[in-house]
Amino acid sequence: MPSETKTPETFVEKPKAFAEMREGILAGSVKSVDLAASYYERIEQLNPRLNVYLSLTKDRALEHAAEVDATAAKGDPLPPLAGIPVGIKDVLVMRGAPSTAGSKILQGYQPPYDATVVSKLEAAGAVLLGKLNCDEFAMGSSNENSAYGPVLNPVDTGRVPGGSSGGSAAAVAANMAVATLGTDTGGSIRQPASFCGVVGVLPTYGRVSRYGLIAFASSLDRVGPFAANVRDAATMLGVIAGHDPMDATSSPVPVPDYAAESDKPVEGLRIGVPAEYFGEGLDSEVRACIEQGITTLKTAGCTVKPISLPHTRYAIPAYYLVATAEASANLARFDGVRYGYRSPASDTLSAMYSHSRDEGFGAEVKRRILLGTYALSAGYYDAYYLKAQQVRRLLAEEFIRMFAEVDAIVTPTAPTPAFKLGEKTGDPLAMYLADIYTVTASLAGICGVTVPCGTTRTGLPVGMQVLAAHMNEGTAFRVARAVEAGQK
Amino acid sequence: MTAKVTVEDVARVAELAHLELTPDETGHMLHDLNAILDYVAQLSELDTAGVAPLAQVTELEGAGGEGLLRQDTVIPSLDRGAVMPQAPETDQVFFKVPKVIER
Repeated sequence: MPSETKTPETFVEKPKAFAEMREGILAGSVKSVDLAASYYERIEQLNPRLNVYLSLTKDRALEHAAEVDATAAKGDPLPPLAGIPVGIKDVLVMRGAPSTAGSKILQGYQPPYDATVVSKLEAAGAVLLGKLNCDEFAMGSSNENSAYGPVLNPVDTGRVPGGSSGGSAAAVAANMAVATLGTDTGGSIRQPASFCGVVGVLPTYGRVSRYGLIAFASSLDRVGPFAANVRDAATMLGVIAGHDPMDATSSPVPVPDYAAESDKPVEGLRIGVPAEYFGEGLDSEVRACIEQGITTLKTAGCTVKPISLPHTRYAIPAYYLVATAEASANLARFDGVRYGYRSPASDTLSAMYSHSRDEGFGAEVKRRILLGTYALSAGYYDAYYLKAQQVRRLLAEEFIRMFAEVDAIVTPTAPTPAFKLGEKTGDPLAMYLADIYTVTASLAGICGVTVPCGTTRTGLPVGMQVLAAHMNEGTAFRVARAVEAGQK
Repeated sequence: MTAKVTVEDVARVAELAHLELTPDETGHMLHDLNAILDYVAQLSELDTAGVAPLAQVTELEGAGGEGLLRQDTVIPSLDRGAVMPQAPETDQVFFKVPKVIER
C-alpha cells in the first residue's frame, strides 16, 4: 500500500520517443542493460508512492537487454522495439512471473507459459520490466478494486488513475516504462489513459490475441498498448497485432504498418461528432477541451459533421449484463483445485469451492459474479441476457451504418477528469457510469484511440476518444496524430 | 423486468455461483443488485422484437472475423510437469480434493 499523503504530489515525466531511444541503441551510445537499470532505479524510487508495479521481472529483463546489446554490438539488424522498456498489466501471463490479476485468489500463481502478446513484444526486442497493478480481474474504473491497494494518479496523487489498467496508464505518465500493455473490456485502457494524460489504444476485437489473458468477459476483452505519443502506440500495436491460432477469435486480416498509417495527413477525412456524448453529465471543462480538439481537426482540413447515435443510452445497461454474465462463467474456473488459493479449512469439496472463492475474491468481483449469475438464471435469461445481446446488435449496426458516412467519430473519453480516491467506492452504479462513453465501442467491437486533448484549469488531463470502423485502426491513429499535433 | 431481488434470491444465486456470503455481505449485495437491476430495466423501453441476439462481434460483416474456423487438428498443449506444480494439492499426476464420496 502506498503511504498516506496529505498534500497531493505530482510525478509526471514524459518518456523519450521510441525513435530517439532507438537512435542511441543503434549508435551504441546507449546500452539496453543500462536503460533497463535506469528504469528499475526510477521504479524503486517511485513505486512506494504510486503502487504501479506489483512485481518486477528483473532477471528476465536484464538477460533480454544483454541479448539486444549483443545484437547491436555485432551490427546485426535490430528489431523494431529493441531495448524499449515495457510494462505488462498483471492480467497477462508471463512464464515464471507472478500473475495475480490484482486478486488474492491468484496470489503466488506462477504461470507456466507466456501470453502471445508477451512473446511478440520480446521477439520485437522489448525489455519487459514487470507486472502492473490493476483492478481485480480488470473489474473497475478507478484501480481501487485491486487486492494489492490502489494505484495513485502520477498527475495528482489525491486522485485515481482510472481503471482497470490504472498501473499501465500511470507507468507511462510517470516514466516508469516507455510503453505498456493493458486490457480493455468496457473502457479499461481508454479511461485510465485519459485520466493520466497518455495515449491508449482499443484495437478491433480479434486484432490482438487474447491467449494468455486471464479472462473477464471473453466476447469483449481486448489487449492494447499505452504510450506517451500516438506514433509509438501505433508501433506497439503493429508488434502485438496479428493472427494467433491459440485464440479462436483472432482475425486473419493482415496487419498494416500502423506507424506509417499514423503519418498520413487527415485532410479530407469526415469526422462525426455524436450529440449523445455531449449531454447531461459531461463536465464543462472536458467539453471545452474536446471542442478545442474538434477545432484543431477542422483547421487540419477535416470535415466535421454533427451525427446522432440514438442507442448510446442503452450501452451501459447492456454492457453490465453481457460483461457480468460472461464473467460469472469465466470466473467459475477459480475453484481452489488447479491453481491459486485454496481455503485450508474445508472438509467437503463443495465447502472448499465456496470458502476458497469467498476468501479469494473481493467485493466487486463477487457483485459481478452474482449479477451475472442472476442474469443467466432460469426465468431471467430472456429478460436480461438475451435482451442485452439484442441491444448489442442494434448498437453495433448503428456504428456500422454511421461509418458509411464518416471516417471517424470523436467524443470525450470520459465524462470527467480523474476523480478523487474514495469518491465513488461506496456507489457501484456511479462507478459504472464512468464508462458511459467507452462501453459503446466495446459492445460493437470497433476500434479507437484516446489521445491527450488539453487539461482542466487545475492541470488534470482530458482525453479525446477517436473511434473508427472494425479493422480501421490506421484512421483512428491519423486523427489522433492531428489532435496531438494541435496540443501546445 | 422490474423484478425486485429478495434475500432468498441473493442466497440462491450465491449458492449457484459457489459463493458464501456473510449476512452483512448479503445485505450490501441485495441493495446493490436492486439498484443495478433498476437501472438496467430501461432496456425494456426498447423494442427488440425480431432482432437476433449478438453474442460475438466476429460474426458481423467486415469485422475481420471471416475465415476464423480452423482445421480440427490435434496440437500439443502444456506439459503436465509444467502445470501440476501450480496446484494447491497434488501428487504431480492428479489434483487432490477433499473427500467427495462417503464410504
